[in-house]
Amino acid sequence: MRLPITAWASITHRASGVFLFAGIGFLLWTLDSSLASPESFAALQLSLDNVFLKLVLWAIISGLIYHLVGGIRHLVMDMGFGETMAGGILSVRISVSASVVLIVLAGIWIW
Amino acid sequence: MVTAVSSMGRSGVHNWVMQRISAVILLTYFLCIGVVIVSGVDYAGWKGLFEQTWMRVFSLLALASLGVHAWLGLWSVFTDYFTERMMGPVGNTVRLVAQIVCGIIMFTYLVWGIQILWGL
Repeated sequence: MRLPITAWASITHRASGVFLFAGIGFLLWTLDSSLASPESFAALQLSLDNVFLKLVLWAIISGLIYHLVGGIRHLVMDMGFGETMAGGILSVRISVSASVVLIVLAGIWIW
Repeated sequence: MVTAVSSMGRSGVHNWVMQRISAVILLTYFLCIGVVIVSGVDYAGWKGLFEQTWMRVFSLLALASLGVHAWLGLWSVFTDYFTERMMGPVGNTVRLVAQIVCGIIMFTYLVWGIQILWGL
């Protein structure tokens, strides 16, 4: 499908939002385990040493980063900045680049 | 009309404002949590933070904002794709069921969150 970059930004913002709706369940589970008791906190740390769970956590945090950065882009546009086609394309490039950097940093932090 | 009844405020401007307010609350909350986690916490510090009343209020506010934000976001997606135009007559049923299911999940998240925060 040949679409402008801004359309892809819109679709992926929606997709990341839908993904996060499911991801919140995982995050609540980690919050629950982290607070219930010192034992469950330690058990959670041990679980998150598992490569599969690290990947799940990284995927959710990546979705969160992408959605939050894209959200900031929307808020900036709501304030009247970059509402032209050129401005929209530029802000997609900035927000996607910033997301990639943050997602890589999150990956490094998780491992 | 059919799409507006299930939106939330039944007004586009109201939905728009709610989407933004909840977004800013969630952004602030996740930034705070991110800073705390990255700076490194042990169980005592983490537990102590969540025993503060302001943190419980902030967390519950974030979870309630998530409910509003997710409802409006999913509503936008569902009313674009789960429609008569995209799916034929079954579209209306699919959309209604999807919204109800997501609403129940969101309500469950909220109750679960309350249990977690107050250690029930």
